[in-house]
Amino acid sequence: MDSAWLQYVFAGLTTGSIYALVAIGYNIIYNVTEIINFAQGEFVMLGGLLAVFFMEGCRLPLPLAFAAAVLAVGAIGLAMERFVIRQARNASVLSLIIITIAFSILLKGSAMFGWGKDPYRLEPFTAGGPLLFGGAALQPQALWVLGLTAVVVVLLSLFFRRSIYGKAMLACADNPNAARMVGVPVRTMVLLSFLLSAAIGAAAGVAITPISLMEYDRGALLGLKGFGAAVLGGLGQFSGALVAGLLLGLAEAFCAGYLSSGYKDAIALVLLLLALFFKPEGLFGSSEAAKLKRF
Amino acid sequence: MPVTDRRILLVLALVLAAFPWGVRAVGAVSHYLDVMVFAGIFCIVNLGLSLLMGFAGQISLAQAAFFGIGAYSSGILTVQFAWNPWAAMPMGMVLAGLVAWLVGVPALRLKGHYLAMATLGFGVIVHIVFNEEVRWTGGPSGLVDIPGLSVAGTPLRGEIAWYYLVWGTVLVALVFCLNLLHSRVGRALRAIHQEEKAAEAMGIPTARYKVQVFVLSAALAALGGSFYTHYVAFLNPGSFDLMWSIRFMLMVMVGGMQSLWGAVLGTVLMTFVGNEWLQVFADYEVLVYGSILLGMALFLPDGLVSLKSIPVRGWLRTPRSSTEGTQR
Repeated sequence: MDSAWLQYVFAGLTTGSIYALVAIGYNIIYNVTEIINFAQGEFVMLGGLLAVFFMEGCRLPLPLAFAAAVLAVGAIGLAMERFVIRQARNASVLSLIIITIAFSILLKGSAMFGWGKDPYRLEPFTAGGPLLFGGAALQPQALWVLGLTAVVVVLLSLFFRRSIYGKAMLACADNPNAARMVGVPVRTMVLLSFLLSAAIGAAAGVAITPISLMEYDRGALLGLKGFGAAVLGGLGQFSGALVAGLLLGLAEAFCAGYLSSGYKDAIALVLLLLALFFKPEGLFGSSEAAKLKRF
Repeated sequence: MPVTDRRILLVLALVLAAFPWGVRAVGAVSHYLDVMVFAGIFCIVNLGLSLLMGFAGQISLAQAAFFGIGAYSSGILTVQFAWNPWAAMPMGMVLAGLVAWLVGVPALRLKGHYLAMATLGFGVIVHIVFNEEVRWTGGPSGLVDIPGLSVAGTPLRGEIAWYYLVWGTVLVALVFCLNLLHSRVGRALRAIHQEEKAAEAMGIPTARYKVQVFVLSAALAALGGSFYTHYVAFLNPGSFDLMWSIRFMLMVMVGGMQSLWGAVLGTVLMTFVGNEWLQVFADYEVLVYGSILLGMALFLPDGLVSLKSIPVRGWLRTPRSSTEGTQR
C-alpha cells in the first residue's frame, strides 16, 4: 500500500505522455487551420497496429517498423488533408466537424477490416524485467514512452523556433492572409501540419502498444482524452499540452487505483467537461486571448 | 403552418396509413413493419436533433446518451420498481430534459468544435455509467424482461399495433415541431443559426432559446428511447454508444438537416439501409456509414431534400409560402 502511490505515478506519467502527444497533434493542426481533427485518436491506433503489421507481418526490425508505421500514418494524414479537408475548404464548421468524424470512422472501420476486433501486442522496445524504485515497478517500455515524448517536445520546439518551415507554420497560425502575402505557401503548411500531427500520433501509438496493447476501437477515447489535455493546457500551446497531458494521466491513474477502475475512463472526460465549461482558455491561458480564438 | 407543410403532412399520413396494406401485397409484412417501427422510433429522436442541428445550428454528439437515459429510465422503473410503463415514460423525458438543462447551460455557451467535443465527452460518460452501474442497469450483460406496453388494458402485440402507435406519435411530434418552427421561437432559432451575434443584437435571448431546444431534443430522444425499450424488451449499453449518436446525425444529414421532412426521409431510408440492406456487410457497416457521411458532408451537405428535381415539388409549391418551410 505504501508504495502503491508511486506505482500510480509511473502509470499516470506513462499514459499521460500519450495524451500529451495526442494533444500536441491537435495543437499543430489547430494552430495552422483552426480545425479540430476528430480523427486524431485514430492516428494513434493506426500507428500501433501498423507497427504490429510491419514487425510481425513483414519481419522488419523494430527501428524500421517504427519508422515505417510513422511514415505510413503520416501519409494517411497527408491524404486526409489533400483529398478530404481541401475539398471542403469552404464548408461550415459544422460540416468540417462531420467530415473529420466521418474520416475517423472510416479509419476505424478500415482497421477493423484489416486487423479484426482482437487486441494486438507488440514486443517491448528493449527486453528485460521491470526496474524497482522504492517498492514500485517501472517497465522499461514506460521509459521509452517518456523518452519519446521528451524527444518529440524538444524537436518540435526547435522546429517551430529555428526552422523556416516551423516559423512559416506559426505565421499561418497568426494570420493566414498576412502569411500568404509575405510569400508563405499556406497550403503547403496546412499539408505539413497534417503530416506532422499524424506522424506524432502514430509514434505515440507505436510506443504505447507494448504496454497497453492496441485494438481497432481505441482511437475515439484516446482522441477525446488527448483533446482534454489540449483544452486543459490551452488550445494551441505545446508546453501547456505536455503538462496537462501528464496531469490527466496522473488523475486517471489515481482514480483507477483509489476510487474505481471502471470509472477511470470517465475521470479524464469529467475533467474535460469541467475545463470546457469553466475554463475554456485552459489552465495556463488568459481569457482575453481565448476570446480571440475562432473555432 | 404553411399550406406546403400541411399538404406534405397529409400525404405522409395517408402513405403511412396505407403502408401496412402495401407491404401485405408484397409479403413479409411483419418484417417490413418491424423495420418501420424502428424507423418511427428513430424519427422521434431525429426530429429533436433536426431542430437542434439544422435550425438552431448547434451540434450534439450526445443524442444516443439521451436516447439511453429515456430507455434506461423506462427499463429500470418498470423492471425494478414495477411502475406502469406509461408513467415511466414521462419520467424518462423529464430526467433527460433535466440532465440536458444541467449540461446545456454551460455547454451551449461553447461553439463549434468545443461544443462537439463537450457533447461527445458527455455522451461517453453516460455510456460508461450505463456499463458500470450494474446494480441498476445490469451493466454489459443488459436489462431483460422489460414489460411491453398496453393500451386501455389490452397489451400491445404484433408489429402492426406498434407501427400505428409509434408513427402516430411521430405525426404528433411533427405537428408540434412544425408549429414551433413557424412561431416566434422558430424564427429566433433560424436567426441564431445564421448569425448569433446579430440575433442577440436584435434582442433575441439566444442562450435561453439554445438551451430550450437542447432540452426539447433530449426529451424527444428520451421518448424514443422509452418506446425502444418496451418494443425490444431488452437493453444493453451497446445501443447507446458514440456510434449511435453518429448514426442519428447521419440519418438527419442524409435527408437534409434543415428540413424536418428531410429528417423523416433520411431516418426511414437509413433505417432500411442499416436493418435491411447492410446486413450482408455485418460488422463492416461502419465503413459504409463512414463513406456515406463523408460523401454527404462533402458533396450534398443539405441532404436529399435539396435535390430540386423531385417532380412533386411543383404540386406542393404554393406561391405564397415558398420562402417558408422546406423551401428555405
